[in-house]
Amino acid sequence: MNEMSPPTAERAAALKGLGSERKRVEDARFTQGKGNYVDDLKLPGMLFGDFVRSPYAHARIKSIDAEAAKALPGVVAVLTAEDLAPLGLHWMPTLAGDKQMVLADGKVLFQGQEVAFVVAEDRYIAADAVELIEVDYEELPVVTDPFKAQADDAPVLREDLDGNMEGAHGPRRHHNHIFTWEQGDKEATDTVIGSADVVAEEMIYYHRTHPCPLETCGCVASMDKVNGKLTVHGTFQAPHAVRTVASLISGIAEHNIRIISPDIGGGFGNKVGVYPGYICSIVASIVTGVPVKWVEDRMDNLMATAFARDYWMQGKIAATKDGKITGLWCHVTADHGAFDACADPTKFPAGFFNICTGSYDIPTAYLAVDGVYTNKAPGGVAYRCSFRVTEAAYFIERMIEVLAIKLGMDAAELRAKNFIKADQFPYRSALGWEYDSGNYQPAWDKALKAVGYDDLRKEQAERVEAFKRGETRKLLGIGLTFFTEIVGAGPVKNCDILGLGMFDSCEIRIHPTGSAIARLGTISQGQGHATTFAQILASETGIPADDITIEEGDTDTAPYGLGTYGSRSTPVAGAATAMAGRKIRAKAQMIAAYLLEVHDDDVEWDVDRFVVKGAPERFKTMKEIAFASYNQAIPGVEPGLEAVSYYDPPNMTYPFGAYICVMEIDADTGEWSIRQFYALDDCGTRINPMIIEGQVHGGVTEALAIAMGQEIAYDEIGNVKTGTLMDFFIPTAWETPHYTTDHTVTPSPHHPIGAKGVGESPNVGGVPAFSNAVHDAFRPFGLVQAHMPHDHWRIWKIAHDLGLHG
Amino acid sequence: MDKMHFKVTVNGKQEELLVEPRELLIHVLREKLGVTGPHIGCETSHCGACTVDMDGKSVKSCTVFAAQANGADVTTIEGLGTPDGLHVLQQMFKEHHGLQCGFCTPGMITRAYRLLQENPDPSEEDVRFGMSGNLCRCTGYQNIVKAVLASAAELNAVKEAAQ
Amino acid sequence: MIPGNFHYHRPESVDDAVAILAKYGDEARAVAGGHSLIPMMKLRMADLAHVVDLQAIGDLKGITVDSSTVTIGAMVTQHELIASEPLAQAAPIIREASLQIADPQVRYVGTIGGNVANGDPGNDMPALMQCLDATFVLTGPNGTRDVAAREFYEAAYFTAREDDELLVAIRFPATQGGYAYEKQKRKIGDYATAAAAVLIEKDGSSCSAASVAMTNLSDVPVYCQGAIDALIGSTLDASALDAAVAAMQEAIDPQADNRGPVEFKRHVAGIMLRRAIERAASRA
Repeated sequence: MNEMSPPTAERAAALKGLGSERKRVEDARFTQGKGNYVDDLKLPGMLFGDFVRSPYAHARIKSIDAEAAKALPGVVAVLTAEDLAPLGLHWMPTLAGDKQMVLADGKVLFQGQEVAFVVAEDRYIAADAVELIEVDYEELPVVTDPFKAQADDAPVLREDLDGNMEGAHGPRRHHNHIFTWEQGDKEATDTVIGSADVVAEEMIYYHRTHPCPLETCGCVASMDKVNGKLTVHGTFQAPHAVRTVASLISGIAEHNIRIISPDIGGGFGNKVGVYPGYICSIVASIVTGVPVKWVEDRMDNLMATAFARDYWMQGKIAATKDGKITGLWCHVTADHGAFDACADPTKFPAGFFNICTGSYDIPTAYLAVDGVYTNKAPGGVAYRCSFRVTEAAYFIERMIEVLAIKLGMDAAELRAKNFIKADQFPYRSALGWEYDSGNYQPAWDKALKAVGYDDLRKEQAERVEAFKRGETRKLLGIGLTFFTEIVGAGPVKNCDILGLGMFDSCEIRIHPTGSAIARLGTISQGQGHATTFAQILASETGIPADDITIEEGDTDTAPYGLGTYGSRSTPVAGAATAMAGRKIRAKAQMIAAYLLEVHDDDVEWDVDRFVVKGAPERFKTMKEIAFASYNQAIPGVEPGLEAVSYYDPPNMTYPFGAYICVMEIDADTGEWSIRQFYALDDCGTRINPMIIEGQVHGGVTEALAIAMGQEIAYDEIGNVKTGTLMDFFIPTAWETPHYTTDHTVTPSPHHPIGAKGVGESPNVGGVPAFSNAVHDAFRPFGLVQAHMPHDHWRIWKIAHDLGLHG
Repeated sequence: MDKMHFKVTVNGKQEELLVEPRELLIHVLREKLGVTGPHIGCETSHCGACTVDMDGKSVKSCTVFAAQANGADVTTIEGLGTPDGLHVLQQMFKEHHGLQCGFCTPGMITRAYRLLQENPDPSEEDVRFGMSGNLCRCTGYQNIVKAVLASAAELNAVKEAAQ
Repeated sequence: MIPGNFHYHRPESVDDAVAILAKYGDEARAVAGGHSLIPMMKLRMADLAHVVDLQAIGDLKGITVDSSTVTIGAMVTQHELIASEPLAQAAPIIREASLQIADPQVRYVGTIGGNVANGDPGNDMPALMQCLDATFVLTGPNGTRDVAAREFYEAAYFTAREDDELLVAIRFPATQGGYAYEKQKRKIGDYATAAAAVLIEKDGSSCSAASVAMTNLSDVPVYCQGAIDALIGSTLDASALDAAVAAMQEAIDPQADNRGPVEFKRHVAGIMLRRAIERAASRA
């Protein structure tokens, strides 16, 4: 009945499904300069918006004179808070339950804050007009230090909260205090620490930095007054959430708002939040009736849109004499800047920082986080990490090193001694998470063996001796990290953003001729969704990946989803994709059985077809089934072959990995070079090894930048000292080392295909690996803790303070 | 301020238009000529996303006034290959996963094009140094370097075969 | 980042350029590669009514090496400096230093004239020119005059050049012996945290001639006579190097910035000088 068909393995390979190193379909347009980014968009009659920004970190606005700007030919409008107030749009809600000024309302609270919005015929005229607007400021005392911000006599930053001591996350205890978030058992932890053999205590600072994607944030808002529809093209990592928020803020019905995320030039968390530029563009388009584009310049981006980190983490770790950890205590002072605009699930004001027990079986733990206002930009986004997970990993991986010093133990051995054992999974941590799966020891052994750990330690010891003899000025650091991530937010029962449950979605339509389109609630910013989601579907439905179009980012066509950040696309949307594929297959099974004239239970799936059990020569391919679904009347089965899945994950996923960095450090100049970097990742089932490797390369490079120099630095009066790429460190190909990647595979037991997500692991694991390498180089000379970023002068200062300069 | 007559050849096509002298070449290309391959990343000549080939040199078009480019011959990513006949670099970036979000890619490839014109047989170190005017936030450069080296090998093989 | 508007001039001769500069005084600026000026204009930290583009002036191009004298046109780019074999023979320190300036794209347009005339303390060429004892040839409405590089720099962005003068060429004697340009920077494209330009000639084991100048350690390049005195006549032994470094550290006046505090810069300046001397000596 059917012609001879190729063997199973050959047919499976032709699908380019799970595990295939499929080349990316996105690349055709990107390599030819045919990407479609927001700033490429040009609509008829489009105007351009630009901001007047505050030069001061804290000042009262006495007056704004826009007359000269308005008189400039080509200027269409100038908006201030006064213009937005009647619409109720001069403030907007933040993702963290706070509110934020859209345009300065009476005062400014950070340098670069949006004060007025100029709308002009082109960006040149807009820039000229910005120069012509005169703002009269009265400077106020500035506080950029979160500890000083909590002093009794610290300046009151948020006058709008005057007397309101109940915040979004419970009581506030000071006028610059935002929230206290407590997890774990305080009393038990105090007891353990009070009676432990050994306690190591340290302040670990993870400095303020910024995701700084190469494309800045921007949008084109277009209000069509004829049909009442608002369309906004923008750099949105979560287009559906933006639509809902835009509807709630503006009062425009949700079906009359269309949010489109076109190609996005990198996000890394920067493009999760809602910024004043979006609101002002929308208002300006409503006012003028024509499209309005706003695109940040790089300084705007670094000064005003979402920063990351800025966590002061005080830690105590207790252990027995022989190195079994018995307790962990942590208090975080979190500098949130002028408004709490953290992008965290609503119930988690410090994100998933309570993963800070890491990969270790720590029986007792306590965590408290205090959020504080300062005169710095708002944000607190997850820069290529799940919410505050990189801070947590850095904290525990530093505390382990600090404890190893105190115990006089090798830090690799200390880690191994305390790993959660394979038979303990699913593992419930002392701070409340249930780790889905893990197998740490084999991964650790593999990593140590790959780098020749014992030999490296010998070489290091010899180097120290040579240094002491004056034969070299270069030190060798071996930076160890074993990290566990928590990604895939997340279960609706505990994860929502502004009340929107953090499920995700996929909708599939199989066309009559057996090709398909799938639409998702996520949006790629370089992760290659169009390639990998098609691979998942290929394996689930037997349709070749090359015959499946993946579409994301248009709220008019895609099913509702919460977007792409926190490594949630594969764990959540990837699961939805697999589940939708399975729904297709379930229907296809009924059709196949009907066509083959057997009972549903008498056919079984074989790569790309249903075959009659025991009679493999009798089958129907998915392609045949698809056609039949459109042209045959099948009793009890609706025509067509479509499915949609909204996937609410039962748990997070917990990827892990072992990273080792070997670093040479010049004690005289603070210069460093990476001799070797080994990254072993276990992200569960591997969808596309080529893309996984690319994600690791990129993430480790961002980690390198963060650990070794990248920061948003302020001076005492709140000026941003790192506002351009001259000073904001992004390494080039020259400073970036060659990486070796490796893997183990421990599938997630609850994810339909066992995948865990990988995009952010390299940032989470990379930062402590680099930082620990710096620390490790100086450990033989007595260094315990030195704050990042480890740029030349700070490394030099370590050496200097240790007396290594004679 | 008076506008000036501005003539430029872009990807082999002569263009003539009126511009203000201060307009930056990147804006003229992107907004007036519809050549949106080169991108704007940093605006201070650090990132190279706006790299074009101008009179045989790799330049950052965000830091060139249109007036300075008057009379120039400019090649952008759009001029390097066609959908049916990709440039070797375009193929190799695809083959070796030398890009992710794609934003830096046009500048990267355009820069690599000139690098290989000047140094057809570069070492890895030559490529890393020669591409150091272009920033990428996604790839960590490893596969970009691989793609450029593979392109050099491919171009040399083609040259050898022709001889 | 959008610059303010200006009138654009593209003269084809030095005389025409000088005439434009003379006519508009401090409202006009000459632009060579523009990679220092244009970012400043985009940040609206420089506002000019007239921009005088020098690209069409053929007389400003070219490198000539005439027995013992090197002459470089002001509009010669760093890319061309690196590519020139005769120059690499006559003064190899130029190639070594040029490769440490900015990045490949910027070196295609960045010129030696722009680098030395701008007066930016971060630029590498000024100290290099002082080390080479270069002469800057300036042409103004009243003709041409020579100014020694060692006399040219007055303060950050202030030089001996009058507003209506144009730097047309740079001249210096071909070098003998060993050379080194040691530069510490945070990454490709950065200005120096500290950099040292050193020339060493030896007679047997003793240093017969030397030159030392430092980059980005004061508001002007620092030519270090004291360091030179410490080296000449010595065997370049440890005590001579110590003395040279100490003399240099007396002469510099670094400022704290994102690259680090003053103490660090002083220390690194010492390391750069020490390394430059050692490397130059090894090549002498």
